[in-house]
Amino acid sequence: MLYARRRLVNSIALTVATAAAAFGLVWLIWILGTLFYNGITAINLSIFTEMTPPPGDKGGLLNAIFGSIILTIGATLLSTPIGMLAGTYLAEYGKKGVLAETVRFINDILLSAPSIVVGLFIYEVLVVPMGHFSAWAGIVVLAVIAIPVIVRTTEDMLNLVPNGLREAAAALGTPMWKVIVTIAYRAARNGIITGILLAIARVSGETAPLLFTSLNNQFWSTDFNAPMASLPVTIFQFALSPYDDWQSLAWGGALIITITILILNIVARALATLGSSKG
Amino acid sequence: MANVTLNAAIPAATSTKGRKQQLQDLLFRRSTEFFALCVLLLLGGVIVSLIIGAWPALTTFGFGFVVSEVWNPVTDKFGAWAPIYGTIVTSIIAMILGVPVSFGIAMFITELCPAVLKRPLGIAIELLAGIPSIIYGIWGLFVLAPVLQQTVQPFLIDTIGQAPLIGGLFAGPPYGIGTFTAGIILAIMVLPFITSITRDVFETVPPMLKESAYGLGSTTWEVMWKVVLPYTRVGVIGAVMLGLGRALGETMAVTFVIGNAHRVAQSILAPGTTISATIANEFTEAVGDLYTSSLIALGLILFIITFFILAAAKIMLMRLDRQGKK
Repeated sequence: MLYARRRLVNSIALTVATAAAAFGLVWLIWILGTLFYNGITAINLSIFTEMTPPPGDKGGLLNAIFGSIILTIGATLLSTPIGMLAGTYLAEYGKKGVLAETVRFINDILLSAPSIVVGLFIYEVLVVPMGHFSAWAGIVVLAVIAIPVIVRTTEDMLNLVPNGLREAAAALGTPMWKVIVTIAYRAARNGIITGILLAIARVSGETAPLLFTSLNNQFWSTDFNAPMASLPVTIFQFALSPYDDWQSLAWGGALIITITILILNIVARALATLGSSKG
Repeated sequence: MANVTLNAAIPAATSTKGRKQQLQDLLFRRSTEFFALCVLLLLGGVIVSLIIGAWPALTTFGFGFVVSEVWNPVTDKFGAWAPIYGTIVTSIIAMILGVPVSFGIAMFITELCPAVLKRPLGIAIELLAGIPSIIYGIWGLFVLAPVLQQTVQPFLIDTIGQAPLIGGLFAGPPYGIGTFTAGIILAIMVLPFITSITRDVFETVPPMLKESAYGLGSTTWEVMWKVVLPYTRVGVIGAVMLGLGRALGETMAVTFVIGNAHRVAQSILAPGTTISATIANEFTEAVGDLYTSSLIALGLILFIITFFILAAAKIMLMRLDRQGKK
């Protein structure tokens, strides 16, 4: 009797868990399905060759795509050295010290801090003193969001490098900075690249902090001191507009961003498993 | 991560080459230390700049800023209660809907699903966690809101809406967009996030513990409920709080569907606003120092709330970590 009841409870619980899994996946598949359906009908050659149109007109997303690429590259160039060196400190020098533990803790909080608040921060320290919105501010804000990701993965990956490697190099009289740069970095290379790719994936979809840093630009612009268009902000503006052409472009842009991010994530993951199977 | 002897003092070098290398060593060490400090400076910078930016609003309105519901750019009267209320309510809805489903999925992945599916499912969940929030936002606006307006919301109004006590929560016309819709979108968004951490946490349980329970004749559910969950309790709470931190600060997904109405409505079906949605919608259009400052003050409040929640989550996950190492 008791056994039968336990069995019953068990099968109910397991059915509920399976149903929850199915239920959760249904939503996610629904979202991706709609995105692909609406996105693919919107994507054609002109999206990649024409500028963002005025309301009610046909056009493309060229300047927004270009802006997004520039902002992301800038943010990557700025955040990679900072994040890598800070991560190096945590893994190689600081270890369990007070400073390292504090930095680790704060870094993990910054990792999930609301990005819109980071946007306000950069607005206060860059946009207000400069007196205008600019691509520079957009780059800095994305870099600030990327840094914690890079710090975290660099540290994790350096920790995976066997100490025997470092000791062997040190025994040959190699100074420590050379041990880190030529031995540890090389051994952890794939992992660190994974971290950078994940950071790029993270920032390339960021919208909120760009709203009041790089703003938006309806025209082609390569001036870093002027507002610059970006895909997420353009999607935001176009999706909320009443014009069919704009909404369709928003779906197209959304699909482009999602595919880019999925590819970045998959490549990053593949690199990470490659690195771990080798090491 | 054993401590290497590299840190030990190196005997004073006599040759010029040795001295040069010591100098390079010191330089490298100091520069890594400097950038590590930069991370702390970032946090300090965020807090200080927000306080400076919010100062005019905070001194003008005082504590009343937090409890006042008025938001009137024309008369320059601002109060944060409506956005704070909206932020909390949408996050609560997201947690009520999202957490049980996340647990179900995590449990399915760790205990039930065939080994072949385990990895692909895990990877799929992690990939979904990386999809930017703006995608969830436009889906919510174009797909979910109309569906809710035509089916779910009328149903809720006709059934629960008529009930005593809680009826008021589901009263009013079906708008489609509003607090409830925003909560659902947030629930879908935090789903992959909480699931992937919960799954990691579940996997820290030593197989020996589970095997002993199975050996005594426990069912899968009993192992889950009486062995895995008690063992991972701290970590699971940490995962939920991390998800909550995300939900509180989420901007784009909410901005699309919340309706941006500065009022505290009794019904959760009515349009509302959240802190992040208010900032995203109004910041670039804000004229006047007090208006901008009030929006920054909202950002400060959001940052303080999420900071404490994330810190608590982190401490809990760290405790689980230490427990695992024992």
